[in-house]
Amino acid sequence: MKKITGETIIGKILLMIALSSIGALFLITVFIFAEGLPVIFKTGFAAFITGMKWKPTREIFGILPMIAGSFAIMAGAMIVSVPFALCCSIYLAEFAGDLMRRVVKPAIELLAGIPSVVYGFIGVTVLVPFIKNYIGGNGFSVLGCSLVLGVMVLPTITSISYDALRAVPVSYREGALALGATRWQAVKMAVVPAASSGIIAAVILGMGRAIGETMAVIMIAGNSLIVPLSPLDPVRTLTSNIALEMGYASGSHRQALFATGVVLFIIIMALNVLASRIINRAVK
Amino acid sequence: MRPALIKVILFISFFSCCAVFPAPSIAQSGKLMIAGSTSVQPIAEKLAEHFMQKRPGIKIEVQGGGSSAGVQAALSGAADIGMSSRELKESETALKKFIVAYDAIVLIANKSNAVEDISREDVKKIFAFEITSWKNIKGSSAAGTITVLTREDGSGTRGAFEELVMGTAEIAARALVQDSTGSIREIVSNDIDALGYISFGSLNDKVKALSVDGVKPLMQNFLAGDAASKYKVIRPFLFLTREPPAGAALEFMNYIRSSEGVEIIKKEGLVPVL
Repeated sequence: MKKITGETIIGKILLMIALSSIGALFLITVFIFAEGLPVIFKTGFAAFITGMKWKPTREIFGILPMIAGSFAIMAGAMIVSVPFALCCSIYLAEFAGDLMRRVVKPAIELLAGIPSVVYGFIGVTVLVPFIKNYIGGNGFSVLGCSLVLGVMVLPTITSISYDALRAVPVSYREGALALGATRWQAVKMAVVPAASSGIIAAVILGMGRAIGETMAVIMIAGNSLIVPLSPLDPVRTLTSNIALEMGYASGSHRQALFATGVVLFIIIMALNVLASRIINRAVK
Repeated sequence: MRPALIKVILFISFFSCCAVFPAPSIAQSGKLMIAGSTSVQPIAEKLAEHFMQKRPGIKIEVQGGGSSAGVQAALSGAADIGMSSRELKESETALKKFIVAYDAIVLIANKSNAVEDISREDVKKIFAFEITSWKNIKGSSAAGTITVLTREDGSGTRGAFEELVMGTAEIAARALVQDSTGSIREIVSNDIDALGYISFGSLNDKVKALSVDGVKPLMQNFLAGDAASKYKVIRPFLFLTREPPAGAALEFMNYIRSSEGVEIIKKEGLVPVL
């Protein structure tokens, strides 16, 4: 009897701790919306997200350049990372020997452990001058950001796709091989299609990571307030807008930064919901 | 609402502290009301904070409102000291002025660029993206597209630059934005085509400070009396009083001139009066 009481208490304590993390999420959400919505309502939601001019000290709030910037570097990062991540995960899941897998997989996962400021520093000291000298523009560009972010999201996409591929039952491979397929044909025609929703979810989570990255982007993107029309144009993203200006922002400027956060919050929520829907569909 | 709440809490705790530990009254005690320019406000607050630690008997309250409001407050006596970040107009010269510090903006270029001097008019055109190539700037050895670097909206340095150089023109959206003097300096030191601005106090030898309209950014040129040899991209931070300062106000001004005050001013990137 006594033992059971102890068990229940521990259960309750764990429940409370688990709920407190949800509580933190709830508080953050309420706070962001409470601070950000007044400016959105004052400017008008449509005017806020389609406005081309951002002059917060003159009370002009339009974040279209930042939305465009966020999506531009997200797309660029996907173009860079998806092919690599896919090849990597297929190799690791289907072709690699035990030894290779034991070396390569942790090495890729190590990329996720490098602090983003280090990526940013490498980007600004190596990549930016390289782009300026050999490709064009002033170096601070969508291109540079895409390359760095592409490497940063590589571990996310690789390891989730890898799990999806490993989750495909062995019978699929055996069936394909028994029908006379080569190993590559079995992977291409049976395993990858079966894992496709997991792989798509991996890409979407990678997108969320790319759009949420801040430090490295601030250092490499140039943070200009223009809609990028070329890969060599500088950009400002939603995240870097907040981090750049929060130092001296006060009054409605500060609220407008929270409003930027609201838009970012909605985009990231949408991506996550999309990803978990796709994963759920795959499970069924 | 939130800052207001914090102020109330601070206010209450401040008084409760006073009640428990009565301040040792050395000489004067009293309250000083300072109001005006939001550019001067941060340094005034910083100085007041340190001063009040040394002289718990004196309470200083610093409020914003703008330079014109500061002048008005000093004239009407609504504040003991008015703050202004612009020189006084003819009609305002009845006020006694005390220079807290100078806020000088220096234009910086890469050391391997031969350019030494730039006109304010050209700087304005460069930041408005009407001039985009170093080829159009006299004395420049760089010939590429100018990498234009600016600070983020809300920064005091940017505010001073807009006021002293841009006037009614706007910094173009295409300009690269960095959120610290350090990163502007770093980019300029690595990019031969870069042009940026920082406060005089943050200048170091990794970058080259340009003369503006033929005048070098040097201390003696900040203080020069005649218009031809005076450095133009500078503004004074003024304390204004209706009567010659006395009592707590005088004590605070003496503190600003003390070695401790000068250190605080330097740390904030401003030019102290020596």
